Formats: sequence, structure tokens, C-alpha cells
Amino acid sequence: MRVKPKKSRIEKHHIEDFIGRSYMSFCVLLLIVIIISMVYFVASKGLSTFFSGNVSVADFLFGRKWAPEADTPLYGALPFISGSFLVTLLAALIASPLSICAALFMTEIVPGWGKKLLQPVIELLAGIPSVVYGFIGLSVIVPFLRNTLPGQGIGVAAGALVLSVMILPTITSVAADALASLPQNLKESSFALGATRWQTISRVIIPTTFPAIMTGIVLGMARAFGEALAVQMVIGNAPFVPKSLFESASTLTSVITLSMGNTTMNSPHNNALWSMALVLMVMTFVFVFLVRLLERRNKI
Amino acid sequence: MQFKKSWVMTLALTSVLALSACGNNNGTNNAATNNGGTNAGATNAPTETTAPAAISGSILASGSTALQPLVEMAAEKFMEANADVDIQVQGGGSGTGLTQVAEKQVDIGNSDVFAEEKLKDADAEKAKALVDHQVAVVAIAAVSNPDAGVDGLTKQQLVDIFTGKVKNWSEVGGADQKIQIINRPGSSGTRATFESFALGQKTEDQGGSIQEDSSGTVKKLVGETPGAIGYLALSYLDDSIKVLTYDGVEPSVDNVIAGKYPVWAYEHMYTNGEPTEVVKAFLDFMMTEEVQTGEVVELGYIPASQMQVARDVEGNVTTK
Repeated sequence: MRVKPKKSRIEKHHIEDFIGRSYMSFCVLLLIVIIISMVYFVASKGLSTFFSGNVSVADFLFGRKWAPEADTPLYGALPFISGSFLVTLLAALIASPLSICAALFMTEIVPGWGKKLLQPVIELLAGIPSVVYGFIGLSVIVPFLRNTLPGQGIGVAAGALVLSVMILPTITSVAADALASLPQNLKESSFALGATRWQTISRVIIPTTFPAIMTGIVLGMARAFGEALAVQMVIGNAPFVPKSLFESASTLTSVITLSMGNTTMNSPHNNALWSMALVLMVMTFVFVFLVRLLERRNKI
Repeated sequence: MQFKKSWVMTLALTSVLALSACGNNNGTNNAATNNGGTNAGATNAPTETTAPAAISGSILASGSTALQPLVEMAAEKFMEANADVDIQVQGGGSGTGLTQVAEKQVDIGNSDVFAEEKLKDADAEKAKALVDHQVAVVAIAAVSNPDAGVDGLTKQQLVDIFTGKVKNWSEVGGADQKIQIINRPGSSGTRATFESFALGQKTEDQGGSIQEDSSGTVKKLVGETPGAIGYLALSYLDDSIKVLTYDGVEPSVDNVIAGKYPVWAYEHMYTNGEPTEVVKAFLDFMMTEEVQTGEVVELGYIPASQMQVARDVEGNVTTK
């Protein structure tokens, strides 16, 4: 509670204060309402598959067959869930070493011109629309994979490669921030003990910033998991658990974007798509939780 | 702290703006549906090229992305002739169009398929309230990679390929090459048309098949992928792919109009109940010679007005 002004006269700054504060509270309240209603909407639509349909949660999560338009429809989403995890993990595996090296280069090796050169390039990568990534994937990566490796080029590998470039800026900038915020005396003491630059980087800098770098990787994975358009263009979208990295597969997002507009609201097919959206949302919560957990460990 | 505050503000502001935009949309929408009755003298004759000048109101259409460019171009022309009419055309897919028109959120729902095919079971009642306006026809041709070595396929050969029975082009008289199916997703209207009228049955997705919904992507992939087979609307055909004859019949506009080539479907514009004055005027305008031989042909559709055969929702074909 605020202490009431002793004078009965209301000063101008009190009014400004009041207006500012009410506007802020209104905005925050609105934000909370929006978030809660979004979560409620996705959850209620997504859960109706299990409540009103004849689909059990286990059938949905672990069913390997997806045939919603068949005479006896089957809603097994395992191919999409596994596809999403597969491309996300692969993309993180490809992008993380590259990003960490780029961040080290910018902060430790050549902080001068290296940073001036790399930073804008990486920021540029973050600004390119995903449809452009998808098209480059379709025009460059897919033909390359088709000519050099087995399969038709389209598939999990192409999706992971496109995604890895897309999450590169996220991981790099978080890692670079973490490296730059490292206390200078840690490095200086390491050098004072006679350690080389490589020893300092590998034994001091990376271990101390490890949780922060992991935060960057998790944030990158969160982006990869939710990315739809670029992956959809190069992954092939066959509703099967892929047997090899060069075979057509699907992700949760690619199936949702492909089918959502073509199905009518409240039809079982449409509800099953919302259930997948629910899985995506739950995964987002998991990623946020992970980042929070890492942040707590991050404090030196 | 300063930064955080401004960030929260911006977010909140954008959401407020977004909300108010939605509100506006609803407003115009209601205005459109309540508009009837002021212009009783509107013409019903589809051949009339200019609509009466006094028509006013707004129309909101959504749905099929295949039909969207045609409706947009016609809407622009219609608005030029009728300054007081405001038409907004949105995409979203056939399912979205049908849902929104059934729930009266839009005035016109564009769809690639009959409403009865999408609104089933519990929603079947909703489909009954919808009035169908067939404005154009889209024909679909099977296409292959030029190196597959096949000029045409019979219905049975197509069925064998798309059900996975035949896996190599040599089995249907082509090169010794593995067949790569480039399909549409199960919910796609194009796939539904191809399955009903070219294959005569629904097919299951084959392992390793590729699925894309965008015709541009399908064309690119069929042209580049060795051994690929897919299907495309006639407007997308060019030299980068091999157009296959179906049971010996060439997929051409003339053959579709004459009823010789069976793989085609209507483009529907659904209204909920009988259309209001301004909506009716626009739908009539879609059927005028001006649009049917102009924009419809220009964008690669086949004029519904020229079709010599008609087809009902059950797929029964009758000569007009």
C-alpha cells in the first residue's frame, strides 16, 4: 500500500504515476489472460481427441500408423514425435560445435576484427525468413544429398542440415554473451600459472561457462523443435518412423501445417492435429524448464 | 529494468492491436450479412457484365488457396465497378473455409471439394445449410520425371503404382528405375480428386513416399527427382515434367470440357443459406462471361460455364 500524501492537493506527478501504473497493470493482466487462454484453448482442443474420440493417449503417443482419412481412422503420432526429436537432436549435434567455435573465435581468439566480421553475419542468419531457408534447402542441400548419398535427398538429413543453420545464431549469441561475461581475473590467473591459450580455453573457460552454453543449445533446440516451414519443405512428410537418415519422414509441425487448413474444425482429424500442437506446447514447457534449471546452475 | 518495461509494453500493445483488429473484422462481417434488402433491383442474370451501380456492403471470403487468386482478381474487378463494395479474400485451406462459412464467420467459404465430403458425421447438418456455387473446374494430370520413359498409364497401372504394387518403371513399360511417389497429404483436396477420379479408390501412404502440399514444390521435385511420379493441376504443367496420358486420353482443357478426361473437380464457393444481395451480385459476377473467359482461363482453371458434363457429390456424371 502506498502512503497517502499528507496534503490533500493532488500533485501532477501523482496523476502521472497513477496512469502509468494502471496502464502497466492492465497490460500485464492482459498478457496473463492471453497466455492462460492460449494454453486453455490448445489444451481443450488437444484433449478432446482423447475425451470424445476413441483414441487412447497410449495409442496416440506410441501408435506407429497415421491414417486419419481411412475408413477406420488411425491416429498414431509416433512417426511425427520421433521425427521431431530426431531432427532436433541432429541439428543440435551439428550446430553446437560450430556455434561454440564461432563464439570462442569472437570473444577469445580475435575479439577485434573477428567479432566485427562474425557478429553481423550471425545476426543476418537470424533474420532470414524460414521460407528462404526451406527454398535453399530444396535447391542446394537436397540435390547435393541426392547426388552424393543414397536416397532421394529429401529426408531427415536434409531437415537436420537446414535446421542446424537456422539455430546457429541462437546458440552462438548466447554462448558469446556467456564467454564475454566471464570474469577477466579467471583467465588472467590461468595465464599467470603458465597455461597456454588452448589450455585456458579448454580447462577454464569452457567448464565455467558450460551451463550458459547449454542454455544456448537448449534454446536452439526449442527453436528447432518448433520450426515448421523450412523443415516441411525438405523432410518429405511421409508419416512413417524413418529407417535411415536419408528417408522421408515427418515432424509434428510439418504435419500440422500441411493438414490444418484442409480439415474442418472439430473433425477427429482436426482434433488429432490439435493434440499434436499440445505435445509441442508441452515440449516448449520442458525446454523452458530446462533453461531455468540451467540458469540456476549458471550463477558463479 | 527500463528495457524490460518497454518490452512488456510493446508486447501488450501489439496484443491489444491484434485484438482490436479482430473486433473490426467481425464488425465488417456483420455489416455484410445485415446488408441485404436495400438493393432489391439487383440482377440475377449471369450474363449481365456490369452489376448495378447502387450495390454496397462488404464481403469476407476465406478458404481454398487454390481458388484464392481467382477470387482475388475477380474481387478487384468487381470493386472497381462497385466503389461501395469491399471484398476481402483470405486463404487458409478448404477445411477452414467450410468451417468458417458453416459458423457464419465469413460470407463465402471457398473449397476444392464438396462440403459433404469434409463436413461429415456430427457436422453433416451444417453441410445441409450451405449453398453451393460452382465457379470453375480444375483438372489434374499425372506427371512423371521426363527420364521415366513412359508416355501414359492406364488406370490400373496408376492404382498399382500408388498402392505400392509396382515399384519400378520397367514394370509399366518404362526405364529400369525405382518409382518415387510424390504425393499430397491425406487431407488435401487435390489428392481426394486424384484418388476418386483417377484411381477410383483411396490409397494408403507408402513408406518412403514424399508428401508436399504446394503445387510449385511438387513440380520442382517431380522435375528433379529421378523416377518421380506425382499429379498436378493443368495450370502447373510445363516442359520440366512429363505429362502422362490417362487410359490413352490426353489431359487437356478440351477433353475435360467434353467429358472425355475424368480427373477434374469443381471449385466451390459456399454461402450459408441463400446469399445476401451483395454476395449474390458478386457470385453472379463470377459466372459472367467476362470472368469465366477472362480471369478463369488466364489463371489456368476451366470455366464452369463451358462444361458439357456435370457431376454431383456422389460422382455421377451427366451430360448437360
